[in-house]
Amino acid sequence: MDIYLPIAEVSLDIFVLLGLGAAVGFLSGVFGVGGGFLLTPLLIFIGVPPTVAVASSANQLVGASVSGVLAHWRRGNVDFKMGYVLLVGGLLGSLLGVWIFTLLKRLGQIELTISICYVLLLGAVGFLMMIESVRALLRLHSPGVSRRRLHQHTWMHGLPLKARFRRSRLYISALLPVGIGFVIGVFSAILGIGGGFIMVPAMIYMLGMPTSVVPGTSLLQIIFVAANVTVLQAYTNHTVDAVLALVLLVGGVVGARIGTRFGMRLRGEQLRFLLALMVLAVAAKLAFDMTVRPADLYSIASEKG
Amino acid sequence: MALPAISENLRSVSVLLIFSLLCWGQPVRAEGLVADLTSHLIAITTGFTGTSVVLFGATDGPGDVIVAVRGPDREMTVRRKSRVAGIWVNTQEVTFANVPSFYAVAASRPTADILSPSAAAFYRLGIANLKLVASTPAPSVVVDAFRTALERTQEQAGLFVEPMGKVDFLGGRLFRTTIAFPANVPTGTYLVEVFLVRDKDVVSGQTTPLVVSKVGVDAAVFEFSTRQPGFYGAIAVLTAVVAGWLASLPFRGT
Repeated sequence: MDIYLPIAEVSLDIFVLLGLGAAVGFLSGVFGVGGGFLLTPLLIFIGVPPTVAVASSANQLVGASVSGVLAHWRRGNVDFKMGYVLLVGGLLGSLLGVWIFTLLKRLGQIELTISICYVLLLGAVGFLMMIESVRALLRLHSPGVSRRRLHQHTWMHGLPLKARFRRSRLYISALLPVGIGFVIGVFSAILGIGGGFIMVPAMIYMLGMPTSVVPGTSLLQIIFVAANVTVLQAYTNHTVDAVLALVLLVGGVVGARIGTRFGMRLRGEQLRFLLALMVLAVAAKLAFDMTVRPADLYSIASEKG
Repeated sequence: MALPAISENLRSVSVLLIFSLLCWGQPVRAEGLVADLTSHLIAITTGFTGTSVVLFGATDGPGDVIVAVRGPDREMTVRRKSRVAGIWVNTQEVTFANVPSFYAVAASRPTADILSPSAAAFYRLGIANLKLVASTPAPSVVVDAFRTALERTQEQAGLFVEPMGKVDFLGGRLFRTTIAFPANVPTGTYLVEVFLVRDKDVVSGQTTPLVVSKVGVDAAVFEFSTRQPGFYGAIAVLTAVVAGWLASLPFRGT
């Protein structure tokens, strides 16, 4: 059954959209990443104009993250204080990101910049996570040498403005999450994503948060980043298709619920290994696409996309 | 933000005015031919998957009929990728100022058999005769390559159709043909041109407007998104928040 999308101006099979929403929702439930980095390319692949795909998946992310946060919150797995501190940095970072985006657009080749950013970021994050999680998994299988250090004191812990994050069982400088939020905010604005796939590893490895509170807290932050992107896109480019976002959401929330439960059964190391695998797969695909001769060298851009 | 919307409206109004003048003022020797559509409005609703309209008419004697359907003109930019340091990058672009957003031709016999090339060029019949003019300065060889690419892409998208179908004659005078529109049909005011052809030349013609428009909820959403973009964005966010919250309700307590 087809449904006409008023802003995208195409008719698409509603079950394909529901399925797509469910699949991405499942991933976001399991890993606590928004799934924007998967949803946007998939939407473009099935025929949604790229600009509409970017903006509408941001809109969908808002809803998916809200239901994800609620699910994690009921299990006590959201560190609100940490979320808000990250957000302060995130909003500041997105302002800088928007400025960089405009600059790059004026210089041309924004699309290429986005692709290269994606490949480098996804590649680096995926690779680091892969190494770490494989090590952790190996350590599990050799019991005698388990050496889990809760605290590794580095220069980061010497920073001022220390604050206690009870849920995360951390006592660290607030500047640290603000800084991480800022960097992610910059990338979010340039790449048009929630930034969950950078946020999750940063929370685990840099802040040292317990894996259980990471997805919920990351999603909390994504709500606001995605809402910001949605309003900005709607205002400047008129590319937010609310109908598309709603259909994706219906599938997405169902997938997210299943994903959240599935995620509870997995061990933290396994979770990180799987996320690393997925991130690397997307990076490899994007890198491959950039180097392979396209089927058609010519492409058309009308005013709308 | 309101200004572009107004100018858009003004443009469509002026286009309509020109149509009316064309239709009522001086039909192109319409005496030899009468034709009309079963419907002058294609309404795009939520369940829209493409539709068709029947064009029917009568001629004053023997001859062939060619029907051309033309969507509103749009500016389109064609980009070409080439390899830079192992990566495929958009390096060249050519913009065409007036590309019909939809173009289809139907004829009672293959167009080449019934119409001389010069007449086809004069009446701009057929994709090859659309005269797409590049607004970007570039050598003509380059422009030709980009034009071909544009035509090919539009054909693949089902927006340039030639031949669209056959114009069938019922008896000697009455004719009919079905104009099919795909699901991705662009909105706007279309021109349906009907030509009566004798001895390889056009002897009579008639132009009928056809409006493709969004109606109902979709039209409302589209209007809202262009007239009140900030408010629309806020509502879109709010809707998503409420939907996300609602969706989590039935699971409470499990």
